[in-house]
Amino acid sequence: MTKGMTASARTAPARTPAPATPARGGRRRTRPGRLGLHAFLMTVSLAFLAPLLLAVYASLRPYEETAEHGYFSLPRHLSFDYYKQAFSDSGMSKYFVNSLIIAVPGVLLTLFFASFVAFAVSRLKMRGGLILLMVFTAGNLLPQQVIVTPLYVIFTKIDLPYWMSDSMTLYDSYWAVIAVQVAFQVGFCVFVLANFMRTLPLEILEAAVVDGAGVWTQYWRITLPLCRPALAALGTLQFTWMYNDFLWALVFVSDGDKLPITSALNNLRGQFFTDYNLLAAGSVIVALPTVLVFLILQRHFIAGLTLGASKG
Amino acid sequence: MPHTTARRARRRGPRKFSSRDLAVIGVLLGIPVLLDLTLIWGPTLASIGLSFTSWDGIGDIHWVGVDNYRTLFTDYPPFWPAARNNLLWLAFLGFVATPFGLLLAVLLDKGVRFSRFYQSTLYMPVVLSLAIVGFIAQLVFSRDQGVLNAIIGNTDDPVDWLGDPDLNIWVVLLAAAWRHTGYVMILYLAGLKSVDPSLKEAAALDGANERQTFFRVVLPTLRPVNVIVGVITVIEALRAFDIVYAINHGRNGLELLSVLVTDNIIGEASRIGFGSAIAVVLLTVSLGFIVTYLVQELRGEKKR
Repeated sequence: MTKGMTASARTAPARTPAPATPARGGRRRTRPGRLGLHAFLMTVSLAFLAPLLLAVYASLRPYEETAEHGYFSLPRHLSFDYYKQAFSDSGMSKYFVNSLIIAVPGVLLTLFFASFVAFAVSRLKMRGGLILLMVFTAGNLLPQQVIVTPLYVIFTKIDLPYWMSDSMTLYDSYWAVIAVQVAFQVGFCVFVLANFMRTLPLEILEAAVVDGAGVWTQYWRITLPLCRPALAALGTLQFTWMYNDFLWALVFVSDGDKLPITSALNNLRGQFFTDYNLLAAGSVIVALPTVLVFLILQRHFIAGLTLGASKG
Repeated sequence: MPHTTARRARRRGPRKFSSRDLAVIGVLLGIPVLLDLTLIWGPTLASIGLSFTSWDGIGDIHWVGVDNYRTLFTDYPPFWPAARNNLLWLAFLGFVATPFGLLLAVLLDKGVRFSRFYQSTLYMPVVLSLAIVGFIAQLVFSRDQGVLNAIIGNTDDPVDWLGDPDLNIWVVLLAAAWRHTGYVMILYLAGLKSVDPSLKEAAALDGANERQTFFRVVLPTLRPVNVIVGVITVIEALRAFDIVYAINHGRNGLELLSVLVTDNIIGEASRIGFGSAIAVVLLTVSLGFIVTYLVQELRGEKKR
């Protein structure tokens, strides 16, 4: 049905804009059941959307108003004051930059390492490749809390020079968060990319080998360009995941100024009093980048998830 | 040399790499493997080791045998409620959210109009951080200003959805399911697309009705997706943390094993040995599922 998004999951290398043909199924048979089906789907969709709309709505209204009339009431004042407040008083822009400092290198490093491991596992016919694949995949499935304690201890014990970390340790530095993000997410990406690379024709690689291409050329010049759809999909997905992450920064960063935006959201909550409308504005600000990324790159996003599930 | 490598590349077996190749492989394979071993598997083993000690993070490490586990099971009040909540989480995602996601996928796969809109909407919550889900839940379920109480109209005797320890876990599960359903839906939707339509036609020719076709023919062919969805469901249930932490730091009815681990290490107590024991309980449960999954994968790999 909706062309492109799921189709790309199957035949990802097709970079051409999806043809406008309605896929199989189409809209034949208009049974009376259809109406009920639409009613059901519409109800569920609205129910799914409602909390988000509510958050936006609440963020536009002053606290006094919702305190008196509740969130489920007609608006009297609507303004962007809370957004201003979130940005100016709470420094959301600073935290947003922090998130990018973690997520951007995190995604790039993850994709780079994962793609090479996947290449080695799926293309170099190495002994132990399968075991390597299993080690990485299983590592990604471990609950984070299992590894959090020893990591915390290790990070506090590793000293870094001041120019790398103003806390002088790996603990309370971006290095720690990025390293853990990469180590953890490489597992997922290796799994997906290895499956994807297996679907690529071997002939191109063999031809390159005949021409005397080394491992690096085979990987960087020949295999990676063919993986662009998969990399785009994973990049989108990984960015969202790293941006959304909450736990790593919470545990490995103690300086409030270094927190990424998701963890910093708690700062909008007062010690004794919480202005939920401000919190709603903060939530909308935090959610906006991922929602935008999703809406714009939806096709990639969904392909990223389904590439892992339905093997090429 | 190029010719020989080309021929050998076809079948498995040791292949000669140039020294430059070996350097590239060594570095680019070495770094991620090292990262994975030192930051994932090493700490996993360390957690297991530390769980048998009474370490507080500073002093000497004392071996205490299974004391931590004994305390955990018999003398640590939050443990059983937390374990129960994790199980509830698993059951709710597994028996409510996952089937619901599957249902939505099946309905959307019928080729309804506006399916793109439905998909995007249903999937939207998945891109949100779980912490955000926790905050939004407070807007809906807050006792005094929440929308739900306003809709029900019980302003005289408002229900404290998030504060009542008998009730709040269900509310949180609903929020978690909100996010999980879309995830499952999209995975199944992709799986359903790949089902050979001739299978369905053959089943219809044999006189199977729609329901029989789905459960007897379509669902079994979705086995790989079923496995993935199962693993994701279990892992999500065991990892659950952000939502409850955003709501009330996982107290007062919202205890989870993951919260207990975090509390024990970053709290003032810094009971690292004890926290590790809780983590190992989590690990043991999840390893069961991870191993099952890997065995499945391995079988698929062999068939390839």
